[in-house]
Amino acid sequence: MEGKKIRVLIAKPGLDGHDRGAKVVARALRDAGMEVIYTGLRQTPEQIVETAIQEDVDVIGLSILSGAHTHLFPKVMELLKENNVEDIIVIGGGVIPEEDIPELKKVGVAEIFTPGTDTRDIIKFIEQKVK
Amino acid sequence: MEMEIVEKITNGDRRAAAKLITLVENNFSQAQDILKKIYNYTGNALVIGITGPPGSGKSTVTDKITKILRGQGKTVGIIAIDPTSPFTGGALLGDRIRMQDLSLDKGVFIRSMSTRGHLGGLSQATQATVKILDALGKDVIFIETVGVGQSEVDIVKVADTVVLISMPGMGDDIQIIKAGIMEIGDIFVINKADKEGYERLATEIEMMLDLNQNKRWRPPVLKTIATDNVGIKELLKEINRHIEYLKESGELEQRRRESVKKEMFDLIQEQWKEILSTFIDNGFLNKIVTKIVKREEDPYTAVEKLSNILVHSYTKGGVKSDRKD
Repeated sequence: MEGKKIRVLIAKPGLDGHDRGAKVVARALRDAGMEVIYTGLRQTPEQIVETAIQEDVDVIGLSILSGAHTHLFPKVMELLKENNVEDIIVIGGGVIPEEDIPELKKVGVAEIFTPGTDTRDIIKFIEQKVK
Repeated sequence: MEMEIVEKITNGDRRAAAKLITLVENNFSQAQDILKKIYNYTGNALVIGITGPPGSGKSTVTDKITKILRGQGKTVGIIAIDPTSPFTGGALLGDRIRMQDLSLDKGVFIRSMSTRGHLGGLSQATQATVKILDALGKDVIFIETVGVGQSEVDIVKVADTVVLISMPGMGDDIQIIKAGIMEIGDIFVINKADKEGYERLATEIEMMLDLNQNKRWRPPVLKTIATDNVGIKELLKEINRHIEYLKESGELEQRRRESVKKEMFDLIQEQWKEILSTFIDNGFLNKIVTKIVKREEDPYTAVEKLSNILVHSYTKGGVKSDRKD
């Protein structure tokens, strides 16, 4: 019964309804022995941060394909700070142009995984970051 | 340090509660020092178990009842349990999908948990989490279990009222909810009652209930279509009626006594397991294993001897009999 398990919240903010990518990542993380909380579509940043607090997750993974990443990521980061839980690692995935990535990292997003990323790389990244 | 955490939780600090639940899951013995101090603040919440086969609508029903309770000004805690994969140790916890609107309500605290190798049974962690949410001030706590295996039977010993949810059209309907599980429901719900096969399932459940021994409480069989909010108010009414019955008949106290007994038994088992593993150093154990493998000794005699040694050294060395109560 003892032993730490990495807990990850996979959330899908924004208005688009494509959650295939989020589900693939959720499944891969589960198969890597993590506990993945999946919340479904159309989550607001407020919902995501509150869920992260209650579930006491180590990592939040945001999947965004709507193009609203430049708004949604900073908003989540801001709310994490407001709630004193900025120790939660935030990663992102989806359709995010290369040129936007430095900007997102500047606000505190740990890493962005664009389409075509090997799920093993995501797993490795999380395992190294959480330890 | 411990008192500070306890104070935070009893003052409604969600983050402190969430952190303590994590500690309970990861390192129970460490969490126990805090749990000891929390115990005094518990016992006020009503604990309702929601169980049934996968896909029957447990999360949706929980979501809808919670909304009514919130309308009445009651605060709610929800523990949603999903299975851990026995192969990878990982889990996909998806009960929140059906409870999205609740996530911003500060009067609701939802925690997803995985069974973590407890063979489908309710873990110590679940029982401790009930206490933490109780201390956090939640009036009603729902435990939503995986619809298969031992957890159904365990939930009875933790919950005040058990709601068993089934649905029509799952092949051999009653198959899923028979064997041991039928006996644990205080209230039966047939969800998705607009589906074909409702009448038959209802009749089958009623017929099985006719065989029940308890003459004082006949579990009602209710009809719901949770997604459309049909029958949810009636369900809540029946839950309240059951609680009233428990109080009047004295069964509530009896159930809570059983629950404490069960928990003590579990804790003792865990503690002895730990004592065992630290007591028996590998060299000693290996010698015995070698003997057994060579058929010089059988495992039953070996364990008998081992138990004697353990009890002896433990009573001599450690157990104090200075309790006067």
